[in-house]
Amino acid sequence: MIMNSLYYQKKLSRNVGDKFFTSLSVFCALIAILPLIFVVTYILIKGGSQITPELFTLEPNPPGDDLDAGGINPALVGTLVITTIASLISIPVGVGGGIYLAEYSNGGPFSKFIRFGVNVLAGVPSIIAGVFIYALIVSTKILFGSMYSGLAGGMALSILMLPTVIKTTDEGLKLVPNELRYASLGIGASMYTTILKITLPTAFRSIATGVVLGIARAAGETAPLIFTALFSYYYIVGIEDLFYEMGSLAVLIYNFALEPYDAQNKLAWAASFILVISILTVNIFSRILAAFTEKTKRV
Amino acid sequence: MEEKLTLFKNRKRFGIEKNIDLIFKNTALALSSLVAIVLFGIILVVFFQSFESFSRYGLNFLVTSEWNPVKDEYGAFTAIYGTLVTSLLSLLITIPLGVGTAIFITEDFVPKFVREIVGSFVELLAAIPSVVLGLWAIFVMEPFFREFFVFLHKFFGWIPLFSSEPAGRNSLLAILILVVMLLPIVTSIARDTLNQVPKKLRNAAYGIGASRWKTIFSVILPAALSGIMAGVLLALGRAMGETMAVTMIIGNSNAFSWSLLSPGYTISSMLANQFGEADGSQVSSLFYAAFVLMILSLVVNIFAQWLVKKFSLKY
Repeated sequence: MIMNSLYYQKKLSRNVGDKFFTSLSVFCALIAILPLIFVVTYILIKGGSQITPELFTLEPNPPGDDLDAGGINPALVGTLVITTIASLISIPVGVGGGIYLAEYSNGGPFSKFIRFGVNVLAGVPSIIAGVFIYALIVSTKILFGSMYSGLAGGMALSILMLPTVIKTTDEGLKLVPNELRYASLGIGASMYTTILKITLPTAFRSIATGVVLGIARAAGETAPLIFTALFSYYYIVGIEDLFYEMGSLAVLIYNFALEPYDAQNKLAWAASFILVISILTVNIFSRILAAFTEKTKRV
Repeated sequence: MEEKLTLFKNRKRFGIEKNIDLIFKNTALALSSLVAIVLFGIILVVFFQSFESFSRYGLNFLVTSEWNPVKDEYGAFTAIYGTLVTSLLSLLITIPLGVGTAIFITEDFVPKFVREIVGSFVELLAAIPSVVLGLWAIFVMEPFFREFFVFLHKFFGWIPLFSSEPAGRNSLLAILILVVMLLPIVTSIARDTLNQVPKKLRNAAYGIGASRWKTIFSVILPAALSGIMAGVLLALGRAMGETMAVTMIIGNSNAFSWSLLSPGYTISSMLANQFGEADGSQVSSLFYAAFVLMILSLVVNIFAQWLVKKFSLKY
């Protein structure tokens, strides 16, 4: 009988337990990646097969026994318009606010309070943003007497984007080494020249990545739009359409997924295909870019 | 010589440049204050809009489940119960799954590139819009689980949670789709905290002869507990406010039932469903429900932030 306590013993309870938990963890990881694979596969198959040139040019037909559902042009344009409005509001506000937090505040109680507020605002349910804009703008008809409008939808989305933009600006600027600031101030540049010419350009890439991800996220948001921008079946032709109901891909998917008609359901799959492919492309691209930046960082 | 003199004369900044500097700073200050203004604006607006309903029903609103626009009687108990049950139960499933996945990503069972792929897959899942997940849930998940729910009712029908005939769209499906949405949040935060646990803790545990999982359970996880807890709370806040996917799959019925197999309601799905065509005191009641939802998610979020600050890793 050889004493083999120094050898690996398979049957020892600690080794059996280790094996068990390791396989459990592998199992968890497998389950965790399954949803993405399933969702993306179904969207590629069910949505991809619906993609035709007419899809991009036609208006959707109102649901009925009509076999031809039409296209998603108004929703596609609407998503672009609403997201642009949201970006036009939230990027200046967010970048400006982030500049104050990172460059001027010196970690005082005010900046602590604002950073806390940013985190709380990020946790506000997206539908509450819609409710807020409904009460503030839609029901009061404050925008030149129009009720549901693309503009109101854009404002609701901008509330959701704001925390993301502030956070990425704040964090991006904090990564800029202080030596750059000292050098600029030391040769006599004023604070705003230093920020606009030195620190912001240095942090540009990381801020841009975060902002683009925020825009991609906003493009898929539905809850703030369903009772601010509502939905529209008609082409967007001019600037005055901003003050009327405006369709978007996300709301189109929501409305048409719940229709009992097959044609509309197919349109919802096609819209999901376009939405998901663009969002995933933006995400993967910015991820690669971020990894690349990490490798080539000089400082 | 002449040149030098003028230089020294002008060594103070010009007034206009000073002003620009000041304007720039104050603009930035104003923009950052806007966050606080928007936040308080949201709270105040939703509160004042719900005032009518609040003064009429008081706290009874929270415990009655009558929702009848014709008789003008409103109570949000079904929706509040649905919100809490779906978010808590989905969290209960997500925590082990998410933490297990995070451990898989941070341990070295498999080569690094495999772990990186798994990690980015989980994070990409977070990028899928919830309305698309809802669409997928309606047309793929629901038919897939239909048989399973019948089985569940048949054999576990004596448990109140499964006591009703399975309906096409029900709370259990909403819980499952919530798991899909929460998984990326819990996993990525748990992974980040696990990565921050210093290597010497692990080495010390291995050094005194602990096995890998003994180390994970007794050293690594306790050290990362606060971060994981914060991630869980953030996920809880997200689950309570999640609207689209849940609205599309939960069945939207205000009839109260203990059973997860019958259609349910959450506050956010009630808002999404009724806000567009509500009028009169129904609007105010919906605002009241929105206010409840907001308070719930604010409390959870603030608690999460406090937890992060209080118990952040001290190594």
